[in-house]
Amino acid sequence: MRYLITGGSVLTESGPEDVDVEFVDGSVTRLEAGIQPDEHQVIDATDSWVGPGFFDLHTHLREPGQEWKEDIASGMAAAIAGGFTSVVAMPNTDPVIDAGHLARQITRHEPIRVIPSGAVTLGQEGTQLAHLDDLWAAGVRLFTDDGYTVADAGLLRRAMEYVAQLGGLVAQHAEDPGLCRNGHMHEGSVSSRLGITGLPAAGEEVIIARDLKLVELTGCRYHIQHASTAATVELIRSAKHAGLPVTAEVTPHHLMLDHREVESMDPVYKMYPPLRTPDDVDALRAALVDGTIDAVGTDHAPHAAFEKDVTFEEAPRGIVGLETAASIVRAAVELDQTSFFERMAIAPGGVLGEAAGPIVVGSSDLVVFDPEAEWTFDRPRSKSANSPWLNQRLKGTVTQVFTRSGLVSTDEEGES
Amino acid sequence: MRDLLSVDDLDRAAIEDLLDLGDDFVEVLGRDVPKVPALRGKTIGLMFYEPSTRTRLSFDRAAKALSADVLTFTVGGSSVSKGESLKDTALTLKAMGPHLMVVRHRATGAPWRVRDWTALPVVNAGDGAHQHPTQALLDLLTLRRHFGKVDGLRVAIVGDIRHSRVARSLAGSLQTMGSSVTLVAPSTLLPIHVESWEVDTAGGIDQVLGEVDVVYLLRIQTERGGGEVFPSVAEYVSRFGLTRRRADLLPADSVVMHPGPMNRGVEIDPQVADGPRALVTHQVSNGIAVRMAVLFRLLTSEVPE
Repeated sequence: MRYLITGGSVLTESGPEDVDVEFVDGSVTRLEAGIQPDEHQVIDATDSWVGPGFFDLHTHLREPGQEWKEDIASGMAAAIAGGFTSVVAMPNTDPVIDAGHLARQITRHEPIRVIPSGAVTLGQEGTQLAHLDDLWAAGVRLFTDDGYTVADAGLLRRAMEYVAQLGGLVAQHAEDPGLCRNGHMHEGSVSSRLGITGLPAAGEEVIIARDLKLVELTGCRYHIQHASTAATVELIRSAKHAGLPVTAEVTPHHLMLDHREVESMDPVYKMYPPLRTPDDVDALRAALVDGTIDAVGTDHAPHAAFEKDVTFEEAPRGIVGLETAASIVRAAVELDQTSFFERMAIAPGGVLGEAAGPIVVGSSDLVVFDPEAEWTFDRPRSKSANSPWLNQRLKGTVTQVFTRSGLVSTDEEGES
Repeated sequence: MRDLLSVDDLDRAAIEDLLDLGDDFVEVLGRDVPKVPALRGKTIGLMFYEPSTRTRLSFDRAAKALSADVLTFTVGGSSVSKGESLKDTALTLKAMGPHLMVVRHRATGAPWRVRDWTALPVVNAGDGAHQHPTQALLDLLTLRRHFGKVDGLRVAIVGDIRHSRVARSLAGSLQTMGSSVTLVAPSTLLPIHVESWEVDTAGGIDQVLGEVDVVYLLRIQTERGGGEVFPSVAEYVSRFGLTRRRADLLPADSVVMHPGPMNRGVEIDPQVADGPRALVTHQVSNGIAVRMAVLFRLLTSEVPE
C-alpha cells in the first residue's frame, strides 16, 4: 500500500516543515512539498503534527503470567492507539524476565516493537544478580527491578559495574523499603487525615541520592524511573550538571494529578510512586520542559476491574497510561512540536540507544497527532480500564500510526 | 442525612440533633421495658471485618432496642484475604434484604465502598485509622451529659493518635463543637503532618495536667513491648501514663475517658480507671443510646431540618 500524508507539520531534521510524506512498503520514500497523489491512499494531516512514533520506556504488558490484566497483543493495541511504536516491557512478570530465553519470548518487531528489559536481580528478589550476560545476548539493554527497589547498595554497585562493562544501563524504581513500609499514598496532609500510612517523598530521594554516588563510583549509565518529587528533580539537575550519565522519566499522571485526588479514596488513584503535592507537580512540569527530565514514561500498569474494586489500601498499584499519554502530556505542559516529540519519542529512544530521530527518508515509525482535536477515552484497547480519564473528553488525538508493518492504527470503527 | 460515614459530614446542628435524640434514648434505656417499636420491620446488616466485641454488641443492642432485626456477618482479620471479596460479601448480605449496613473494616474507606456497591445507607463503625463517628458521638454525649455542654471544654487526647480512628473522629468533632484539643503523644505516635490538624500538641502528659477538663486516653499497643515506635512500655508510661500521682494533679472537676479496651497499668493506672473521675462505663451505655439515635435518624423519615 502507498500512503501520502499531506498538509501536516512534519518534524524533519531541520525542524517542523510543511511537507508531504510518502510512505511505501514500511518506510518513508519521499519527503517534500507538493507530492502529487498517484495511486496513494491520501491521509489529510492538516492541523496535525507528523513525527517519530512515540517510544515508551516503561510499560507493563503482564505477559507471561498475568494475562487477565493484559497480554502482549492487547498491550500493543493499546500502544498503537496511543501513538507508540516502541515500548520497553518491564520484567516484573511471572516468571520474572531474569534470563535470556524469557526476554526472547516477549520480544516483538511487528506491528510495533516490544523491547524487553531485564531484571537486575534473580527473580527481582534483591539478593543475587540476574543472568545479565544472557539477557544482554537476548537484546536487553535496560536492567531494572521495577516494582521494587534494588535496596542493597553493595549488590546494586556490582550490578552497575557489570552492566557498565556490557554497555547497558540500570534503571531504578526508587522507594526505600524502610521508609515506605506499608505505605499506600503520598505521606502528607491528605494521608494524615485519612489515616493511611504514607510513602514520604524522602523514600524516593534517599535512594536516588545514594544511587548517584554509585554512578560516580561505577560510571554506569543510570535511569531514574517515574521521578515524582521536586527534590528528585533537583538531584537529577545537579547530577547532570556534574556530568554524570543520568537520564530520567516522568509519567503523564505525575504531571497532571496530585495527592488531593486520594481524598476520594478511589483506588484508581493508587500508584507507586504515589501522586505527590501540587508543588511537586509544578517542579516535574518545569523539569520536563527544560529537559532536566528527558522523557515521558507511561508506567502503563493494567489491573482488572475486580482487582481495583476493593478498598484503597487493598488495591494493587498503578494505572493504564499508553492510550492517554500524549493527550495528558499535551494538557499538562506547554511543549512545541519539536519538544513534544523530543520528550515522547526521541529522548526515550536515545536512552536505549535507539535511533528515534526526526522523520527522514527511510524512517519507519511515524505518528500523526492532532494536538487540538478532542476525543473520548471510552473504548480502551487495553484489557484493563484502570484510568482516571476513562470516559473523559481529552484534547490531542492520535490519528494514524505507521511502522514497518504499514498503517497499523485502527479507525473509530476498529478497521485498519 | 443518608449515611454516617465521617464526622466531617456533621455540622454542629447535626451533632446537637443526634445528641438530643441520644438523650431521649438514654431515657428509653432506663425504662422497665427498655425498648421502643420505632424500627419494627427494619433490618440492620452488621458487617464486621475486625474483631470488635463491644462496638458490634452495642450496635446489636441499639438495633434491638428499636425493635429492628439484625443480620450479622463477622469474620476474623486474617481469614478475610482467603475468602470472597468485600464487594461480593456486601452484595450477598444486601440480597438478604437489610435496610441499612453497619460496616467495620481495617481499611480506610471500606464503608464508602460498601455504600457505592449496595446503594444502601451505611454507618461507619470504624475504618482503618480513619473514622469512627459513632464513637465520637458517644463521647460527645457523655461529655454533654456530664458537663452540660461541650463548647469550650479543654480536651487532651493522649496516646497512639497516629493510628487511631477514634482520635481522628473525636478531634474533628470536638473542633466542630467548639472545644479545644491538645494531642499528647511521643512524636512517633503523633499524626504525620500534625500541623494540618490545627490543634495543639504536647510531648508529655505533665504539660497538660493542670489545665484540662478531659483526659482522653487511647489504648497503647503493648503486644510487642514497644521498641518500634517508642523504646519500651516503661518509658512510655514514664512520660504519658496517667498514674495516680498525675491524676491527683488534675483540676477537681475534670474527667478521664477511654474508648476501651484499657491496658490497666500502661496508659491508665488501675485505680484511676475505677475512680470517680472515670466515665468509662458511661461511655459504653451512652454508646447504645447514640447508636439508636443514628439508626433512628437514618431509617425514619422524621427529619427535622
